Amino acid sequence: MSAQRTTQKVTLAKGLNMGLRAAMERDDKVLVMGEDVGKLGGVFRITDGLQKDFGEDRVIDSPLAESGIVGTAVGLALRGYRPVVEIQFDGFVYPAYDQIVCQVAKMHFRSQGRSRMPMVIRIPFGGGIGAVEHHSESPEAQFAHTPGLKVVACSNPVDGYWMLQQAIACDDPVVFLEPKRQYHADKADLDVDATPQPLFSSRVVRRGTDVTVLAYGPTVKTALKAAEAASNEGRSLEVVDLRTLSPLDMAPVYESVRRTGRAVVCHEAHVNLGMGAELAARITEECFYSLEAPVLRVGGFDTPYPPSRIEEDFLPDLDRVLDAVDRSLAI
Amino acid sequence: MSQTSGFGPDLAEVFGPSQQDGGPELVQLLTPEGERVHHPEFDLDFSAEQLRGFYRDMVLTRRIDTEATALQRHGELGIWAQLLGQEAAQIGAGRALRPQDHVFPTYREHGVAWCRGLDPLRLLGLFRGVDQGSWDPEEFHFGLYTIVIGAQTLHATGYAMGMQRDGVVGTGDPDRDAAVVAHFGDGASSQGDVNEAFIFAASYNAPVVFFCQNNQWAISEPIERQTRIPLYQRALGFGFPGVRVDGNDVLATYAVTQAALQRARDGQGPTFVEAYTYRMGAHTTTDDPTRYRLSDDVEHWKLKDPIARLEVYLKRNGLAEGSFFGDIKDEADQLGATLREGCKAMPDPRPSSMFDHVYAEMTDELAAQRDGFAAYLSTFADAAEEA
Repeated sequence: MSAQRTTQKVTLAKGLNMGLRAAMERDDKVLVMGEDVGKLGGVFRITDGLQKDFGEDRVIDSPLAESGIVGTAVGLALRGYRPVVEIQFDGFVYPAYDQIVCQVAKMHFRSQGRSRMPMVIRIPFGGGIGAVEHHSESPEAQFAHTPGLKVVACSNPVDGYWMLQQAIACDDPVVFLEPKRQYHADKADLDVDATPQPLFSSRVVRRGTDVTVLAYGPTVKTALKAAEAASNEGRSLEVVDLRTLSPLDMAPVYESVRRTGRAVVCHEAHVNLGMGAELAARITEECFYSLEAPVLRVGGFDTPYPPSRIEEDFLPDLDRVLDAVDRSLAI
Repeated sequence: MSQTSGFGPDLAEVFGPSQQDGGPELVQLLTPEGERVHHPEFDLDFSAEQLRGFYRDMVLTRRIDTEATALQRHGELGIWAQLLGQEAAQIGAGRALRPQDHVFPTYREHGVAWCRGLDPLRLLGLFRGVDQGSWDPEEFHFGLYTIVIGAQTLHATGYAMGMQRDGVVGTGDPDRDAAVVAHFGDGASSQGDVNEAFIFAASYNAPVVFFCQNNQWAISEPIERQTRIPLYQRALGFGFPGVRVDGNDVLATYAVTQAALQRARDGQGPTFVEAYTYRMGAHTTTDDPTRYRLSDDVEHWKLKDPIARLEVYLKRNGLAEGSFFGDIKDEADQLGATLREGCKAMPDPRPSSMFDHVYAEMTDELAAQRDGFAAYLSTFADAAEEA
């Protein structure tokens, strides 16, 4: 009965919006800042209605300058606020890269723990929306490589709702990656009275026995579709939604790979030095004697993100995941 | 010759030789010769005690700088960023602060740190390589030294935006109203972050004073490489006032900064203060200015020394009793000895301390790396005191 009362079907965009609202209601130090986040509600409408309800002091339309957004958010955090900044698109984060890497990431360390940076940097990431250049990128490895930052990626509306609130409550800076292709796609049942899974933990989202497929953000859906297709051919894929990229939560991954003996990593980011490289290294170190095949990586090619008419050839899809599964099982 | 093209004045005239000594807009209350002059907007009455205080601050700040430079030469510091010649700019700006105001420094604001009550020994930690800033910014209302040029101007602006939200701006209560000072230099004025800070501060009317010490040099590059107009004139383009003050005149710097701070505390928004001064020393102890500038220029600026002019004024007007100058010198000697001893006694941090504050909430994977490092260290015979 109570489930009926609190459960509703929401998109990822709605889940994130509800998560932001809940965090702002809970703590009046939470501020939202970014380009077009106020009246417009963000170009993806993630902040829709928040300025109307929380006012211009808490939902701040910023000048069009990403370093300025993150840099002033540093000052707000030093003053005791918990800024949630929106970078409008992944490819526009680079003007803020210096502030994120040199200031946000290092402030707590530099100050010997005296100055905290409870900041969330929301970045819509990934491709598949037919956009022009700079609107479809996957910069996660560049942030996961930076000590002092935590990096997470949600893949579905329920995680969007909970993970965003958990990231805001975290006393460390969190780069929060949102698969923009999923914003207005599938709906899911959100129970706001449920107990959420801890933020920095991965999750097995489909049980299987033959190959472990590791995914996060937009590729979780791809991996699940591949698992469904594989099952029709008598192959059983286990799918892990990593959810957290820094720190990585490897325990469920190791447990899975020790059972299956095979792993395929799938992300939209370029394969070279991407998250898959780190995952493959760690799996090799920890599961060496359980592995039946090398860890394989499926990802964006090592080209710049291509013109959108061929982006589906660049992005890993169901067939490329299954191709990697075939290659893994052929060894 | 003025241009008649319709594009405004000849910039060569605006930025020409007449600007070399700061130009006609320079706010000055004490000339290089120690003459007290008056200014229609920024004049203040200074008590003898206040003037003696400025003198003491500047002499001791110079001593900190001299000692630290020597400590670097002796191998006790890895590097030191010298402030020689900029004492008046920093003491004027530092003494204009109220306790509740907040400062965002570069790595050269040793004089401002002194005014904030920070033990100068703590400044040395960063340059010795034993820490990266050992004070609590909230305790001293003085941020950690920022190495990336100009990055702190955005932090200052955001902090000022926080003050606006905290209701400590424009209430009329002098013990409550607060403002922020963002320090930076002429080189930083070319950085995107500084220009973005101007835009954010203007857009939100944030209570921040942008205090630029134009010491004429960004390492080897002269001011002409950074700007074609006097820096203070840029402020107008961003929509707030700019003023150029004689940065070697502690009285004028104090008066102008105090007025700018009050403007900010009152809720009237940002101000740009260009303290026109000169970097008498090297950029840092690793720099060799003889490769890029003439000793004639340095000699020219020696005549404008900030301490000498105040000393002349105090003596000529009988504002300090006979023992005053000797007492200050003794105090400086004592400070120097304390710094020398204290610096050498600074212990290296424990190697494993590098893991301590990467995160507020330690991660399992970093804890595992730390523990692995500790286990590795323990395999050495002399391990006990290492970790």
